[in-house]
Amino acid sequence: MSKILKVQNLSKTYRSGDHDLNVLNNVSFEVDEGQSFAIVGPSGSGKTTLLGLCAGLDTTDQGEVWLCGSNLFDLDEDGRALLRNQNVGFVFQDFQLLPTLTALENVVVPLELRGVKKAYEQGKELLAKVGLADRESHYPSQLSGGEQQRVALARAFANRPSILFADEPTGNLDDDTGTRIEDLLFELNKEQGTALVIVTHDLELAQKTDKSIRLRSGKIEETVG
Amino acid sequence: MGKNNAGFSWLLKMAWRDGKASYGKLLLFVFSITLGVAAVVSVHSFSQVLKENIALQSKSLLGADYVIESDKPVNDRVMGIMDSLGGADAKEINFLSMAAFPGSNGTKLMEVRGLEGGFPFYGELETNPSTANENFKNGGALVDATTMLQLNLQQGDSIKLGAVILPIAGTLESVPGSTSVFGAIAPPVLIPFRYIEKTGLVQTGSRIEYKYYFQADEAQDMELLSEKVEPVLDLEEADLDTHLSEARRLGRRYENFAKFLNLVGFIALLLGCVGIASGMGIYVRMKIRSIAVLKCLGASKRQSYLIFFVQIACMGIVGGLLGTTLGYLLQQLFPSLVGDLLPVDVTITFSLQSVLLGLSLGLAMSILFALYPLMQTLYVSPLQALRVVKEPKSRSKRATAAVGMGILLFISGFSYWLLGDLVRSLLFVAGLLTVFLILTAVARLFMSLLKKFFPYSWSFIARQSLKNLFRPQNQTLVLVLSIGIGTFLISTLYFTKDMLLEKAAIEDSANSANMILMDIQKQQVEAISQTVESAGMPVIDKIPIVTMRVETLNGRHVEDIRKDSTSQVSRWILNHEFRVTYRDSLIGSERLLEGKWVHRTETNSDIPISVSSDFANMAKVSIGDPVAFNVQGRIMETKVTSIREVDWSRLQPNFSIVFPAGVLENAPQFGVMTLRTPDDASSARLQQELVQNFPNVSILDLKRILSLLEDILGKIGWIINFMAFFSIFVGVAVLMGAIYSSKHQRVKQGALLRTLGAKSAQILKMIAIEYTILGFLGAFMGVVLAVLGSTLLAWLLFDTAFAPSAVPFIIILPAITLLVFTLGVANSMGIVRNSPLSVLKKEKE
Repeated sequence: MSKILKVQNLSKTYRSGDHDLNVLNNVSFEVDEGQSFAIVGPSGSGKTTLLGLCAGLDTTDQGEVWLCGSNLFDLDEDGRALLRNQNVGFVFQDFQLLPTLTALENVVVPLELRGVKKAYEQGKELLAKVGLADRESHYPSQLSGGEQQRVALARAFANRPSILFADEPTGNLDDDTGTRIEDLLFELNKEQGTALVIVTHDLELAQKTDKSIRLRSGKIEETVG
Repeated sequence: MGKNNAGFSWLLKMAWRDGKASYGKLLLFVFSITLGVAAVVSVHSFSQVLKENIALQSKSLLGADYVIESDKPVNDRVMGIMDSLGGADAKEINFLSMAAFPGSNGTKLMEVRGLEGGFPFYGELETNPSTANENFKNGGALVDATTMLQLNLQQGDSIKLGAVILPIAGTLESVPGSTSVFGAIAPPVLIPFRYIEKTGLVQTGSRIEYKYYFQADEAQDMELLSEKVEPVLDLEEADLDTHLSEARRLGRRYENFAKFLNLVGFIALLLGCVGIASGMGIYVRMKIRSIAVLKCLGASKRQSYLIFFVQIACMGIVGGLLGTTLGYLLQQLFPSLVGDLLPVDVTITFSLQSVLLGLSLGLAMSILFALYPLMQTLYVSPLQALRVVKEPKSRSKRATAAVGMGILLFISGFSYWLLGDLVRSLLFVAGLLTVFLILTAVARLFMSLLKKFFPYSWSFIARQSLKNLFRPQNQTLVLVLSIGIGTFLISTLYFTKDMLLEKAAIEDSANSANMILMDIQKQQVEAISQTVESAGMPVIDKIPIVTMRVETLNGRHVEDIRKDSTSQVSRWILNHEFRVTYRDSLIGSERLLEGKWVHRTETNSDIPISVSSDFANMAKVSIGDPVAFNVQGRIMETKVTSIREVDWSRLQPNFSIVFPAGVLENAPQFGVMTLRTPDDASSARLQQELVQNFPNVSILDLKRILSLLEDILGKIGWIINFMAFFSIFVGVAVLMGAIYSSKHQRVKQGALLRTLGAKSAQILKMIAIEYTILGFLGAFMGVVLAVLGSTLLAWLLFDTAFAPSAVPFIIILPAITLLVFTLGVANSMGIVRNSPLSVLKKEKE
């Protein structure tokens, strides 16, 4: 099975005052196509930094990240943006819907960026799939947290990504809603064959994935699966 | 790597989607642009319309196609030229003279116009009754309508002009060639030409104008005519005025005022732009997370930048269109504001040029001023979607410099377009920049001093409101700028008007004149002095006047200079009949610039004379240069020994050329006498007596002229104040925008404070203190800068000491502070109206 994400000897250092802060230290792992993968660890262990680097939202000069066959750090910012648009989906802890766009408009943005002709039809189908067909013209502020996260899921899967990054996708939701979102996430993962990289505190959620790593102080402490 | 497939239509769609949800904030920007553009468009369009109307009505302004005029009877050669042009179709002699009205015992200085022929050929001689415009030719006078009303005259009453008494044939409502401004000082009276000689008023010293009116074929080329005839007439000291040159001359007279108003409008627009720049900065900051998410989803830097750029451009276009419409509506008010100062009836029309001007101004200004804050979008990292990232330290220095240069270039270019003078437009931009920089520096200094010397011992409320003045995203800079500039403008205009009036005002001291008697014959001087003194009024000055023309300049005869097309010497110097006086000392309105003042001389060659700096400039002469004058046939050789600066704006007789005592005493001369009358009644009695006994003497009542001047300045002041208040309106829009933009943050802060136990009244007090300080600081700086600016103006332009009046300090300063306070508090009521829980819950969502 070919690798959708390859992380090799990745380190990230921030300059804080007059000393360096080593957030990631020599991290390496691989994710297969269609595989579900969890990054767990306590607060401050470097999970979100690792996710940002893997998705090309941030850069470093130590180590390499190969995403969908491209070395991310060889690309410029717009090049990485294009790669994300064509291959990557995102789900954030605080949903990150565009507040000035309706639910449907939020879902179609990635499709429109790709120049898809029937973006609205596809967007509506996706919203129906997450159970929000009747909420398409609502603004994010008019939706509950769970509904917002479902819109975010529909948006993340809109461009049929090869890989989806999720940052604490259920962190801001109550248990019941969280479970429903998790189910939806795995369902779409299976249905579309999308690889799933989830950053989470939630060990139960991590256990549902094919493979997981545990980070502590910027290093991989344990690999499961 | 290539780029994604979303094209321009997607950008438009995104700009629209995002814009429609943020329209509240965007509307305020549009409002600032609208007001600014309206200010510029209204003034610009009105001056265009005025110019067009003058051009359209040029023939009826002159009453003919062209006119040949001279200030002395025309000689045979001029007659010959006129014959070759087919002969004059009408002729006129006009001069100023006192008119007496025996029936009402009234007297008045009037412009006597003796007419013969079918004048006017264009426009109308409007009279009441309407038949009077023909009847007066049989031996009557048409008297200006205002005079008829003032002196309670009726048709059939008599008017006495010199030795002639004529019945009044009717009221003169309007006549081509008499302007309303001048007409207020010396209103016109029309009589048949044949009576002029009989009045006996055409004598030495009278300023008389001879005019010959011509009607031309439609096809006749006026420019060609000027080109051919003008130089020949020039040699004979006559002049040709076509209806086209008349329109140009009139247009120019109003142009300077229009330019000034245009600048005031432009400043209002710039003020709106300050609002755009600051509002856009806050707007973009609010959008940073959205931009980060868009970048996560694959939008490029350029795309996320362009979404907001498109929004700004649309706002600019909408603001430009609305501004043009508002400007069009506003200019309808102008004729009623300045009405009778205008030479023609103005019909307001909608011009394509103003629409284009409004649109391009709205678009260019909003884009230029939004570019810098918009650059922020380029540096937003997609990582912002995951967590808060420290903002990038600086924008590209090159891009910042380019935007700054762009703004400066545009403002300079636009000022140049408005003023048509490079030096002046650069001075304007430099002045503006200085005011901007000073206000910015003061605002920043205020913030840093406040931070450094923070009064920790003060009450909680006072400390909180002071902290608001320098917290992140504070409004101090933008409010001090907009309030400061608005106040600066209004106060400067107020001070300038004050200065102009003060300059013209007659000093209220016993030895300053308030009446001038002109055209006194030499043999009348003693008798008139006696009349005045026996009426109990002191004669302040008796000024002898000798008329003369320039014969040679630096040894060159004027005829040679006229023929020399490369000569820089002004035509006026060559053709004018100068009124020259002689005396042994300088007077109050003069200052020696160069050379030595000669009190007295006995020589008859190389007579040492003093000329005004204006004469020296126009005649291209300097100290030591010889000038010969033709004094009624006798040539006098003189030498320039001193150059004086003359303050022509003083209401007193001033002279370009002054001879020393001892030379001109025996030359044919007439005189001017200045005196002081204690009150209106004795002034009227004296005028009656003088007109009765000395009909050739003209009387200028300076008090009356001053009140007219006040009236005119009052009207001009109206329109200037109107425009200045416009910048205050723009300032208010900017202020509301600033308050609105920071409302979100304030609402949250207010809710938190209330959760922690603060009362609504305490929160409102904090806001009230904050806006009072901002309003006072901005307005105070505005007035202080206006005092500095006016002092500079007084020194450079008006050459007078400037003592600022207290009005801006005691009225404008508190009024603007109160306005800012009211707006600030009224807009913040919402902060205490919602419950803290609902605010915080909403915040969490």
